[in-house]
Amino acid sequence: MSAAAPIHLAGERLMLDPMGAMFWPAQGLLAVSDLHLEKGSSFARKGMLLPPWDTHNTIDRLTLLLRRWSPEVVVALGDSFHDATGSGRLPATEQQRLNAMTGAHRFIWVQGNHDPAAPEGLGGEWVETYTAGPVVFRHQAITAADPGEIVGHHHPKATVPARAGSVSRPCFVVDGRRLMMPAFGAYTGGLDVRDPAIHRLFPRGGRVFLLGKDRLFSFEIGRGAALRIA
Amino acid sequence: MLDAAQAGESVLLIAPTGGGKTLAGFLPSLVDLASDPRPGLHTLYVSPLKALATDIARNLTRPVQQMGLPITIEARTGDTPANRRARQKAAPPHMLLTTPESLEVLISLPDAPEFFGSLACIVMDEVHALAGTKRGDQLALGVSRLRTLAPKARRIGLSATVAHPDAIQAYTGATRRIEVADGAPPDITITMPEGRLSWSGHMGLEAAPQVMARIREAGMTIVFVNTRAQAELMFQALWKLNDSTLPIALHHGSLEVEQRRKVEAAMAAGSLRAVVATSSLDLGIDWGGVDQVIQVGAPKGVSRLLQRVGRANHRMDEASKAILVPANRFEVLECEAAILGAGARELDGDPPRPGGLDVLAQHLLALACSAPFLPDEIYAEITSAAPYAGVTRAVFDDVLGFVEDGGYALKAYDQWKKLFRDSEGRMHVRNARTAAALRMNIGTIVEASVLKVKLTGKRGFGPTLGEVEEYFVNMLRPGDTFMFAGRLLRFIRVREMACECMEGGDGEPMVPAYAGGRLPLTTNLADRVRGLLQAPEKWDLFPEQVRDWLRLQRGVSRLPGRNDLLIETFPRGDRWYLVAYCFEGRNAHQTLGMLVTKRMERAGFAPLGFVATDYVLGVWSANQPHNVARLFDEDMLGDDLEDWMAESSLLKRTFRNVAVIAGLIQRNLPGAEKNRKQVTVNSDLIYDVLRRHQPDHILLRATRADAASGLIDAGRIAAMLARVKGHIVHMVLSRVSPLAVPVLLEIGRESVRTDTDEDSLLAEAEAIIAEATGVAEPPVPMVHRANMARRSTGAQKTLLPRRQKQPDLFS
Repeated sequence: MSAAAPIHLAGERLMLDPMGAMFWPAQGLLAVSDLHLEKGSSFARKGMLLPPWDTHNTIDRLTLLLRRWSPEVVVALGDSFHDATGSGRLPATEQQRLNAMTGAHRFIWVQGNHDPAAPEGLGGEWVETYTAGPVVFRHQAITAADPGEIVGHHHPKATVPARAGSVSRPCFVVDGRRLMMPAFGAYTGGLDVRDPAIHRLFPRGGRVFLLGKDRLFSFEIGRGAALRIA
Repeated sequence: MLDAAQAGESVLLIAPTGGGKTLAGFLPSLVDLASDPRPGLHTLYVSPLKALATDIARNLTRPVQQMGLPITIEARTGDTPANRRARQKAAPPHMLLTTPESLEVLISLPDAPEFFGSLACIVMDEVHALAGTKRGDQLALGVSRLRTLAPKARRIGLSATVAHPDAIQAYTGATRRIEVADGAPPDITITMPEGRLSWSGHMGLEAAPQVMARIREAGMTIVFVNTRAQAELMFQALWKLNDSTLPIALHHGSLEVEQRRKVEAAMAAGSLRAVVATSSLDLGIDWGGVDQVIQVGAPKGVSRLLQRVGRANHRMDEASKAILVPANRFEVLECEAAILGAGARELDGDPPRPGGLDVLAQHLLALACSAPFLPDEIYAEITSAAPYAGVTRAVFDDVLGFVEDGGYALKAYDQWKKLFRDSEGRMHVRNARTAAALRMNIGTIVEASVLKVKLTGKRGFGPTLGEVEEYFVNMLRPGDTFMFAGRLLRFIRVREMACECMEGGDGEPMVPAYAGGRLPLTTNLADRVRGLLQAPEKWDLFPEQVRDWLRLQRGVSRLPGRNDLLIETFPRGDRWYLVAYCFEGRNAHQTLGMLVTKRMERAGFAPLGFVATDYVLGVWSANQPHNVARLFDEDMLGDDLEDWMAESSLLKRTFRNVAVIAGLIQRNLPGAEKNRKQVTVNSDLIYDVLRRHQPDHILLRATRADAASGLIDAGRIAAMLARVKGHIVHMVLSRVSPLAVPVLLEIGRESVRTDTDEDSLLAEAEAIIAEATGVAEPPVPMVHRANMARRSTGAQKTLLPRRQKQPDLFS
């Protein structure tokens, strides 16, 4: 059993799962971000015939999470599909598996920049942002947002210097006011947390949680410019 | 050569460097064209170096114009401007000088049949450097196409002296071989640094005063070193001693092309006294005027040594002068062995490996972009190229299937196929966009993710100095000092794929290291080193310190034999050390280290880490290893190797190259030319998905084949295990032996990744910070990331055995 790490955000206790998901016990809510379903077929259209199992793989892992946490509410935090027509390309079996999920849980699709419209042929609710208690779920962070914002979009990853080189992994970024989720999709790369696009959202520094096989690895990051260095 | 030309024969000309090979290759064509001038492309010359193609075009044009011959000569490389390329297509020159990549682009064009139809001669230069590499595979496939388009064209291969002339001849498809005898044997000597000889280390900086003295005595010297990092350090060390400010320059593959060309031009003009260089100067035009070559650090192979030595004094009748400077004791043995090997002309190098399937995939798409083809005909064509002679029809069909639709067991991409078959079975490329994308991505050199090094000053941007690998930049903190392009630089920041720096900086500088920078010791040379160890009568060659060292070893343990495997185990501090004297080169030892530690773990010896050098493998463990012969049993190459390879980061790195070359991942997309170096998707993630769902996919098979012959060096391990079976000599000692001292010193200095499990590395980094900040477990209070970097380097020392004082026995 893999170990989740507790954090606090806007007074709420949240559990970070090493698979890259967040579970909020008080609300029975599980959130994942940036599934980028059908990214493989999106690239295939452009001439890169990537292995076609990415959607299958992502849904497999999502299934595991649902079994692990048994949530009442599932939030997909935007960019659930890699492009606007992605849901139309879903293989029938994968569509069925997703619909089994949207039937069994209250399933919330938050709008992202890659998927500006509601997915076709799938259940669940389509929203711009989702609010629960003091927490707002929104795909892209708003710099001046009130404390308690949970966002995705940037696919944060961090590089940690280790013995014999450095190790890069997707990660959560959190500073007590905002939680940025890692991308969950099988083919989603990452943006280094040192990039100004991410570190300007955490001006006082914060903490990163790197995803590992069975647990998270936690490191502090300095404020402002200090984030830019390894 | 002219005889062969008249007979219409294809020829392989093997001659030592400096024999005027290249000119000989062109002579028959010049004679033919002078006597019978006719329009159309007559001679195609292919060289591994762009610069060589351009230089030769220039050097040929001059005499041809002076003689008033009506012959046009032009170069075509990736740097040729579009308007000139268009002109070359409309009105082909008589002679076109190009590279394997540019040839492949020409082959992919629809008018390739007309363009090459008139071809009478194909000259392949520096074949020894191409055969057995992916660029060589591409050239072989290109030439197989030219044989179809211009069946009468003769092929001329030009090669330096090689260990496997038959294989090289097969590669060129030549029916006749002309070998030019070697000139005077080279005059190679050894120079030692003064004082004590180093136990370990590879930089050889202690010998800088001796190197400087030699430079002062000669007109022009090339100082060859083994890695770019070593080049930077040696260059700095020489300049510190360069009181009379002799013009000494630096040349290595990461420097800006312009900078390198400037240095080469200065060499040709005779305005330099010395150049510190890596293999970036191994090939290329003859500089002339080089009086001596100094090799600092072990030569690693006899062929390589001869190639480098041949850079000095390019006249056949005079001996080339070279000086070897060993950096440590083992390298003294290796240098002596290399001189003996050079004297005996015992060349080394493996015969070329079979062609890469990724290159074949790229070629098949290129062919379809030129014209629709029948698979049967193309199968016959590609198997006429020596590297692909062994490709079975089933494998060919798998590669073709990959090009067509990805070749996935799950048929998912019917509507986005790259190729489609017509009713007659011809394969067509899907659309013009696919063809455009292919042409933008032709090539087999996949660069590591690199950042440009830009100098900034008070007035904004200065020049770009070259490139460093991204992972090195990741380790830098603002204000850190590092050494690059012969300068001390202070790191400022990373912005838009560039590493911005300022001149100057203080503190201990770091030096960028580059993956794959070091060549492993060749099998032949390793054999000679073992031979020398077993022949005390030849030890007179060695300096006193080395002789004493070997005698002591013979006294307290024994010397490694030619056909056995000596393994020593001894306790030190609170752990046990196992040192195996395999002499099979670094790559093989690394793989062996992974496999042996795995077995030690199962046997309960609790291995803690290992270090691999070119000569030995050293493993340390918590418990005493026993029954060690069993650890080196032949069967370790079965499942253990498979399991390890599948998880290994080496395989992921190899997969990235294969995926890019085969066209699964495109570096360049039409309309997005600016982001040249950004691979658009993360190949590690694709590897994981593919391995899970289709482990026998053709690209995974290609990846395993590449890795086994390259970084993993499985063949060499297999040969060694078979050779030493039943001849493993285990010495249980009470303390470290003289021969084992260098590897113990290497521990803690070398950053060999002993464990590919990144999770454990992360856990370690996390724990260290917790410890450093007085908290046993995370979460930890605010820790600056910069401190973390410093802390974790400190960790290296705490986790590895304490750096010891040299044992009293040797002082």
